[in-house]
Amino acid sequence: MLGIVIGVAAVIAMLAIGQGAQNMINSQIASLGTNLLMIFPGAFTSGGVRSEAGTASRLSEDDAVAIKAQCSAVMYSTPMARTSAQVKAGGQNWRTSIYGAYPNYIKVRDWDLEAGTCYTDADERGATKVCLLGQTVITNIFDAGANPVGQIIRIKNLPFTVIGTLISKGQNAGGQDQDDCIIAPYSTIQKKLLGATYAGNLLASAVSMDQVEEARQEVNQVLKDRRKGSQGDGFDYTIRTQTDISNAANQTAQTLSILLASIAMVSLLVGGIGIMNIMLVSVTERTREIGIRMAVGAKGRDVLLQFLVEALVLSFLGGILGMIGGAGASWVISKSQGWPISISAFSLLLGFGFSAATGIFFGWYPARKAASLNPIDALRYE
Amino acid sequence: MPQPIISLRNISKSYVMGETTVNALREVDLDIHKGDFVAIMGASGSGKSTLMNILGCLDVPTAGTYLLDGTEVQKLSRDELADLRNRKLGFVFQSFNLLSRTSAIENVELPMLYNRTISSKESHKRALGALETVGLKERAHHFSNQLSGGQQQRVAIARSIVNEPVLILADEPTGNLDTHISVEIMAVFQGLNNRGITIILVTHEQDIAQYAKRNVVFRDGKILSDTLLSATRNAAAELSVARG
Repeated sequence: MLGIVIGVAAVIAMLAIGQGAQNMINSQIASLGTNLLMIFPGAFTSGGVRSEAGTASRLSEDDAVAIKAQCSAVMYSTPMARTSAQVKAGGQNWRTSIYGAYPNYIKVRDWDLEAGTCYTDADERGATKVCLLGQTVITNIFDAGANPVGQIIRIKNLPFTVIGTLISKGQNAGGQDQDDCIIAPYSTIQKKLLGATYAGNLLASAVSMDQVEEARQEVNQVLKDRRKGSQGDGFDYTIRTQTDISNAANQTAQTLSILLASIAMVSLLVGGIGIMNIMLVSVTERTREIGIRMAVGAKGRDVLLQFLVEALVLSFLGGILGMIGGAGASWVISKSQGWPISISAFSLLLGFGFSAATGIFFGWYPARKAASLNPIDALRYE
Repeated sequence: MPQPIISLRNISKSYVMGETTVNALREVDLDIHKGDFVAIMGASGSGKSTLMNILGCLDVPTAGTYLLDGTEVQKLSRDELADLRNRKLGFVFQSFNLLSRTSAIENVELPMLYNRTISSKESHKRALGALETVGLKERAHHFSNQLSGGQQQRVAIARSIVNEPVLILADEPTGNLDTHISVEIMAVFQGLNNRGITIILVTHEQDIAQYAKRNVVFRDGKILSDTLLSATRNAAAELSVARG
């Protein structure tokens, strides 16, 4: 019984922990931006002469809204306005990048706030002068220990209220300091700082890492449709995804899946052998009992039926207790490690089914052997 | 003379042990009638246990015919033998062979578990009755491993009579018990025999054999002597004398 409980619990806990680890790693990889799609304006072609990429910005806020509305594989999308400007606070000044984007930008980038709150859709509509500061900006324009939230800073001499600070993201793969930036509502930057109508670029995030390619095709279709026949027909655009990171991510996911499958195999094997031994020992121990039962008139099939029923009851009770134990163990581990637990119905079924099958087979098989003995041999068995 | 309950004709049994063949029984003829109380005696290796296994339908003879209550045993299948053991025979073993961690009454009910004509209510009633016969009614719900050797053997006897068999086979039933308890067990057997139950007892103890009505002595797989005892010992009387 204990053997079955431990066998089932081991399988379920190992699978749940493995699955949890996989989800954890996937979400960490996703935070690197693997599900990001960047849509840049292409070069304007006029009479065969192609000018520099980005010279003709014909991507609009409407495009971003349409992408969000029409692409099922896209979770968030936002137009982006970028500029570089001097910011001042107190006696300090610092030149940094200013990003204008919808409030969902920090979700698209999977970027958490250290303090304060993010601006809202209302700020976006009202083009309020509020902003979020990156860590590099904070260290350069504020004294150490000062709380920037609620302070007023000046960007190009316009006063902005700091409503939140971003956690440090460090450098990106290109060696660029990602914390050296200020984020503000798209409309504020467009109207108050740039006076521009078209977005610098668009940013969208796919629902999940493996739906990036689908999202790319959908975005492409939407943008193509929106340009058909209109005055924007000649304008090209490019959709970029972080192919190298996502390739690495896919490989990691694959490695993890193989690891998980091997863990499952090994724990099934170990659990199965444990169950097998328990059942074998109990039947061998009970050969005398089988002899007694046959001496008083039990037929072979009576003995078999009894052992089969016992194995069934044991396997089912043990399996159910094992499921509870396995779920409990993975819950404890997830709580202590802060991992997301993931007990799938598949792992429950696999653990339970395999253990039940092993238990029943190894309960039945030696019982069949014992039942085919001569009653006297079974009785004399020590 | 009525039809004997057991009739052995030319029964032989040989075992092949590697290169050599051991002849445990050589052409044994034996008749046992209803109400008999037979003690089968002999040194170890004389064939008495082999005979017991054959009588108990636990083993089949190599040659010869065995009629048990009119049924030709050697023609039956394993399942039919099991049925026959269940309905016609009761076993008492030297090592009691009770199921441990099981109460006395459940042990006694065991044979009726394999007899589908008896309801569980009826089987409980009969088991209690059998325990009363052996004087253990108040111990019915003790586990068998909590009982003394004598009590365990009495539970085993209760188990052997519960299906109302035509014959009780007892293989060295007193072998693991001291003299006083042995006499108690023999008193139980004699009481059953007085109620008309046929008993075959294997023993190598001369004093125990004296409680039976007939002594059959085996040597080298053959019957050496077969005597009816004129004066048998009365276990119950001896016990009451001993108690004073």
